[in-house]
Amino acid sequence: MELSGGEIIVQCLKDEGVEHVFGYPGGAVLHIYDAFFKQKELKHILVRHEQAAGHAADGYARATGKPGVVLVTSGPGATNVVTGVATAFMDSIPMVVLTGQVPTPVIGSDAFQEVDTVGITRPCVKHNFLVKRLEDLADTIKKAFYIATTGRPGPVVIDIPKDITDPGIKIPYHYPNKVKMRSYNPVVKGHLGQIKKAVKILMEAERPVFYTGGGVVLDDAAKPLTDLVDTLGFPITQTLMGLGAYPGSGKNFLGMLGMHGTYEANMAMHETDVLIAVGARFDDRVTGHVKQFCPDATIIHVDIDPSSISKNVRVDVPIVGPVKQVLKDMLKVVNEGDKKPKQQALKKWWKQIDKWRAMDCMKYDKKSELIKPQQAVEMLHKVTKGDAYVTSDVGQHQMFAAQFYRFDKPRRWINSGGLGTMGFGLPAAIGVQMAHPKAEVAVVTGESSIQMCIQELATCLQYDLPIKIILLNNGYMGMVRQWQEFFYDSRYSQSGMSVTPDFVKLTESYGHIGMRVEKSEDLEGAMKEAFSHKDRLVFLDVVVDPSENVYPMIAAGKGHHEMYLSPGSELV
Amino acid sequence: MRHIISILMENESGALARVANLFTARGYNIESLTVAPTEDLSLSRMTLVTSGSDEIIEQITKQLNKLVDVVKLVDLTEGGHLEREMMMIKLRAERTQREEIKRLVDIFRGKIIDVTDTSYTVELTGAASKLNAFIEAVNEELIIEVVRTGPSGIGRGPKGLSL
Ligand SMILES: Cc1ncc(C[n+]2csc(CCOP(=O)(O)OP(=O)(O)O)c2C)c(N)n1
Ligand SMILES: [Mg+2]
Repeated sequence: MELSGGEIIVQCLKDEGVEHVFGYPGGAVLHIYDAFFKQKELKHILVRHEQAAGHAADGYARATGKPGVVLVTSGPGATNVVTGVATAFMDSIPMVVLTGQVPTPVIGSDAFQEVDTVGITRPCVKHNFLVKRLEDLADTIKKAFYIATTGRPGPVVIDIPKDITDPGIKIPYHYPNKVKMRSYNPVVKGHLGQIKKAVKILMEAERPVFYTGGGVVLDDAAKPLTDLVDTLGFPITQTLMGLGAYPGSGKNFLGMLGMHGTYEANMAMHETDVLIAVGARFDDRVTGHVKQFCPDATIIHVDIDPSSISKNVRVDVPIVGPVKQVLKDMLKVVNEGDKKPKQQALKKWWKQIDKWRAMDCMKYDKKSELIKPQQAVEMLHKVTKGDAYVTSDVGQHQMFAAQFYRFDKPRRWINSGGLGTMGFGLPAAIGVQMAHPKAEVAVVTGESSIQMCIQELATCLQYDLPIKIILLNNGYMGMVRQWQEFFYDSRYSQSGMSVTPDFVKLTESYGHIGMRVEKSEDLEGAMKEAFSHKDRLVFLDVVVDPSENVYPMIAAGKGHHEMYLSPGSELV
Repeated sequence: MRHIISILMENESGALARVANLFTARGYNIESLTVAPTEDLSLSRMTLVTSGSDEIIEQITKQLNKLVDVVKLVDLTEGGHLEREMMMIKLRAERTQREEIKRLVDIFRGKIIDVTDTSYTVELTGAASKLNAFIEAVNEELIIEVVRTGPSGIGRGPKGLSL
């Protein structure tokens, strides 16, 4: 079979099992778009801004575990997608991003819409390629998918000059079914000796804690994690990226940890004697001040990426390997061994934890006439029976969603944890809904964040995506306002966001249903009504208490045991 | 501590940029970096001199290993190794100084490779510390220009860094 470059790209994607491509056309990719036009199987989703193509593909990948695919043009198309690529990179999301480039003979001449895409994206991709010869195209695409999806996943950019996709030049097509790269060999199995060593330490532990992260979700290791935690009877806390791997309603779950983690989770981290970190990377929002991090603990760390181990915090027992396999092996070693966890000590430990739990650190005023954002998220949980896919943007609403939705399943909570990209939520939901057309998909957002990719309401109409947008409208960049309140004597410099469009009218003008709710007592009815429109996008503008803050809070640079628990409270 | 890290990497156009990028992006210190092809045209050999605490060096080697273009890597300073760097140094050499400079070049086993009425250009090979010592030994005012390749290194013994 002889194919042109454009046709090769389309064929490669099909052979790779890709079903959806998120993109936006332009000069440098016209040949590719022409090849798209001539086929039916591959579905192209036309976004309204390339940033959204990145986030949509990313959301698709997070919800399915399959790589998200993006196609954009050169120059501004490529620069617009960079935020999407960087967002995926920070959270280790598998993505393949095809960017058009000016024809090879004019590369370097400042040609129209030329930008050094490989150079610009280099620091925020797992790897990138510039295809210089048509003969390399299929091979490069295969490698890109291989690299993006194996080891610690991540985005891969392929920059494709226009002449490579020239419809007039055809070569025999062959898609390699295997790749071998001498320079890229991700670890496929954790060391059994280390695993046994870790189990031995776990059996000796008196105050153990599991601290697990996005790696568990990425490797689909929720089941072995849950089994191991329940078998051992240890408490577990999860990072913002790890939520849902161990069920949020599970009895051993202490809640999220870190800057806005629960009192019990952070205190347990501070007092633990054996910490087992799984697929987590000791991010500064999690550790707080590293010098005060888990001061008494022997630390076991399971991760696929050796460079994550002992990067921020020194680890005692490193286990490099795929999280799922390592957890399964651990469980096996535990079950086959004759040692049991120290029951007496554990009982004491749980008693201590229950005392911390009794502080009820996430309480809020439930009788308020103004809607509390926490209440809105709890209502969302109730109306969706806790079974929706929830994407979010960045800010207070994101933290409230993470704290109060109590995710019971992995891949349900989809947010930009590492880069913290405002504008992520709506486009990510597009990807999620494309992947799961029948599922309930909600965006929990803020009036500031939603405006960063609001144009995607049109994409949602074009593809009939019945997403539910729950806007927690506090009239502020709430998270910024909170920091200014705490650390800048309430000087609210440029964080007001009272000037917004009328979101109801705006949504209607995009062809969707817009709703607004202002009183606590109307919240349930409004939320139910919103979700009763099964096949329509509904934008629910929820006017919430503008003064609400996210608690608990560890101030940046403080230790886990130093938290603000409620308004006006001292550090505890 | 000073470390010499030797890297075999794919001879791809972006490979050097990836390594350089890594060092700037993560704020690692880089003293010198040399790169040239090997007997296998698909591979380049890079020698990188850096310094930092044990933790930082560990991170550097891990991060380098993570680069898809890096095939193999060794921290030469962990074992017996040889280090060589070449320097060409142009010195003011007027009548009165000529003898003195020649003597110094002989002591350091260098070669004078270019001569004019007023200057000598000296070629000198050795560990970086030896080149530094030479620079220290000549009168600073005589130095017109210094060109150094940066160190490259190789492990001692019969074993080589290969695939
Ligand atoms: C693209 C981008 N710009 C700026 C920021 C910094 N930032 C973090 S949270 C936030 C405020 C978000 O406001 P809003 O969306 O209304 O959410 P709220 O905190 O009010 O719930 C800002 C500006 C960011 N995370 N992303
Ligand atoms: Mg807001």
